[in-house]
Amino acid sequence: MNKLQLFTKGIVKENPIFVLLLGLCPTLATTTSAINGMSMGLATLFVLVLSNMAISAIAPRVPDKVHIPVYIVVIATFVTVLQFVMQAWTPVIYKTLGLFIPLIVVNCIVLGRAEAFANQNGIIDSALDGLGQGMGFTFSLTVLGLVREVLGSGSVFGLKFISGDGILAFVMAPGAFLCLGYLMVLFNKFLKK
Amino acid sequence: MAAESNLKNMALCLTLVCLFCSAVLAAVYVVTKDPIERANANILKESIGLVLPPGGDLSEERPLEVGGLPSVYYVSSSAGTPAAYAIQSSTVGFSGPLTLMVGITADGKIYNTSVLSHSETPGLGAKCATDEPFMTQFEGFDPAEKILAVKKDGGDLDAITASTITSRAYALAIQNALAAFQTIKGE
Amino acid sequence: MEYFLIIISAIFVNNIMLAQFLGTCPFIGVSNKLSTATGMSGAVTFVITLATLVTWLINKYLLITFHLEFLQTIAFILVIAALVQVVEIVLKKISPALYQALGIYLPLITTNCAVLGVAINVVTKEFSFGGGPAHLLNLPETIVYAFATALGYGLAMILFAGLREHLELNDVPKAFRGVPIAFITVGILALAFMGFSGIV
Repeated sequence: MNKLQLFTKGIVKENPIFVLLLGLCPTLATTTSAINGMSMGLATLFVLVLSNMAISAIAPRVPDKVHIPVYIVVIATFVTVLQFVMQAWTPVIYKTLGLFIPLIVVNCIVLGRAEAFANQNGIIDSALDGLGQGMGFTFSLTVLGLVREVLGSGSVFGLKFISGDGILAFVMAPGAFLCLGYLMVLFNKFLKK
Repeated sequence: MAAESNLKNMALCLTLVCLFCSAVLAAVYVVTKDPIERANANILKESIGLVLPPGGDLSEERPLEVGGLPSVYYVSSSAGTPAAYAIQSSTVGFSGPLTLMVGITADGKIYNTSVLSHSETPGLGAKCATDEPFMTQFEGFDPAEKILAVKKDGGDLDAITASTITSRAYALAIQNALAAFQTIKGE
Repeated sequence: MEYFLIIISAIFVNNIMLAQFLGTCPFIGVSNKLSTATGMSGAVTFVITLATLVTWLINKYLLITFHLEFLQTIAFILVIAALVQVVEIVLKKISPALYQALGIYLPLITTNCAVLGVAINVVTKEFSFGGGPAHLLNLPETIVYAFATALGYGLAMILFAGLREHLELNDVPKAFRGVPIAFITVGILALAFMGFSGIV
């Protein structure tokens, strides 16, 4: 597999949300608008790339039986760093995403990539894998956020194209499940072969 | 790939990783502590700036009871006389606390309001912090002429669509701030 | 009265799964059979209640006392992981029958974000019930809240597993089969639960 494929497979073929069904909680909870979905995706991307790199560097020296706790500690460290950085420089986004920033620790994508890829590959490859998966995740969240925003608020990235409200249910919990379900149907129908 | 596991290297590895990570976090915490405080102070400063008329010397934070809860307020004075007050007021919205900064000029009119923090439903109650028509109706609101309550309760305020509870909480926070303003004036 | 409101709010109004989206992965993963859904609900209820209690105490008496709040995320996840291990070992010794029933679900729980989510929520978020003033929960309230939240998760999962078993027997278009139709069903279930909003 060449470097480009490492990067692109996360976007369609092994898309973490539509194909692997990983990291669904933040996907549903933070996609009330395109911009929120994108912010959550980028936050996860940050942790994913750094933890993949760190884990690929330390993996050969970690005793097998304690590798999961060690990986969790490493991931939690990067998540906490991200929390501080966001509080300091993007406090508004941090407040909007709230609980789902610390919950990146238990996002199955991050630990999943550490287990499935980073612990047996080099640092550069792991970084690319993290970047690809992170982009796939960000892309899916942005699309879902966009669909919900268009239907629910009648706006695109915060710019309103109708006056008044959209179909409010799409901004709320039921709309998240419905949109994700129908997007998966479209994904199955047209992209997954 | 992975090293052999025995009790000694397992304990050693976990301890070292935990110590190292704690050290990294402590370092990052120290570095970002000031920027975080500055960011929070900026949010407060911006919202005070928003609800008070421009110009005027801003006082330090002063303690005050608003709606039965301990809170704070700031005074803006021009040439030594208090011209306007920014009062922080908290009530309970639909899904959690709703905290406002309410600016009141010395003649008892509302200058402007701004949301400091809320946990309302995105797309519904959360509009109290972004919805132009809802927010602008408080600018220059004179409680002597109009009734500070949503139309459903016989008042003069337009509620946010499908978010009457949030709108009521917003109105109540302003009422509490107005009551607190009378207490300050009375002193 | 306040405890009653906490329970109603946690189970129905702010259902952790249907309104807050926590624990979606295992929810979709194990809800295809009623029996596994029941087993998982039991294990989750047990772990959420215990983990929230322990992390609440650690936060109050260790992290806050020694000004180590910046270690919150890392400490909580380690405590939860260790706790799940301990529960597994203890259960194996004390009650083999219960271990048989819950055992296989326990390792899955460490990465169930509902557990970490509730633990972080109760120490950072201010709650208000029945129009009372907003406040951080004290210990008894925390336990009641955690237990009721977990019950709400179990309720949603068991309801959904029942629906899904019927779904298996129906002729679903190919592209909808499996997870997509499951999500659409949860969406309708969530819509039904929205009817509870505003009652507390």
